[in-house]
Amino acid sequence: MPEKAKVGCARPTGGVVGQAETPQEKQTPQTVQEVKKMIQVGKPAPDFVSPAYYKGEFVSVKLSEYLGKWVVLCFYPGDFTFV
Amino acid sequence: MSVDSVFVHKMWNDNELTKMVKGGIPYPMLSDGGGKVGTVFGIYDEGAGVENRGRFIIDPDGVIQAYEVLTPPVGRRVAETLRQIQAFQLVRQTKGAEATPSGWQPGKPTLKPGPDLVGKVWEVWKTSMESD
Repeated sequence: MPEKAKVGCARPTGGVVGQAETPQEKQTPQTVQEVKKMIQVGKPAPDFVSPAYYKGEFVSVKLSEYLGKWVVLCFYPGDFTFV
Repeated sequence: MSVDSVFVHKMWNDNELTKMVKGGIPYPMLSDGGGKVGTVFGIYDEGAGVENRGRFIIDPDGVIQAYEVLTPPVGRRVAETLRQIQAFQLVRQTKGAEATPSGWQPGKPTLKPGPDLVGKVWEVWKTSMESD
């Protein structure tokens, strides 16, 4: 029976079912080697296309279609979460 | 935009958000499975598999004018986003002839940057104007 555990994120443990975890594959995240460039203000936004739900329909939204208008793009962690 | 599918967006909107907002969300609810767009915008949390609370203001030329990122537990303030948009619109409309000082709200005085103002901002802007 699974124990009642603290709810966390899905993550592979680094081994095949039934085998002991291999020592090399640890849970700790590796340091990111490559330098990630921070997004810049005063520079054009990256264009993208994504599926969306809008007024009862499933549509496709492309950011560059909104050129000529002011856009507020809000990211958030998840539906049905609390804030 | 979140990593949730359009199906989850539909269920969340139709079952909960319509109880908060009449008619539900009037804007497209975007789906970013795998966080590809969030990654390009620099706000995708790979370890957690969700987007952080990033908010970007993009002007009519497609240029990012401002962004704000919060960790999940703390919410945004819509009035501040609207204030910033109005400030950027004013600057754009005056072609940069006017700038908005700290604490600016619509209707409050702006600054006119230029050589004449150097060292004289104290004459036209008081710290009390930040919060009145």
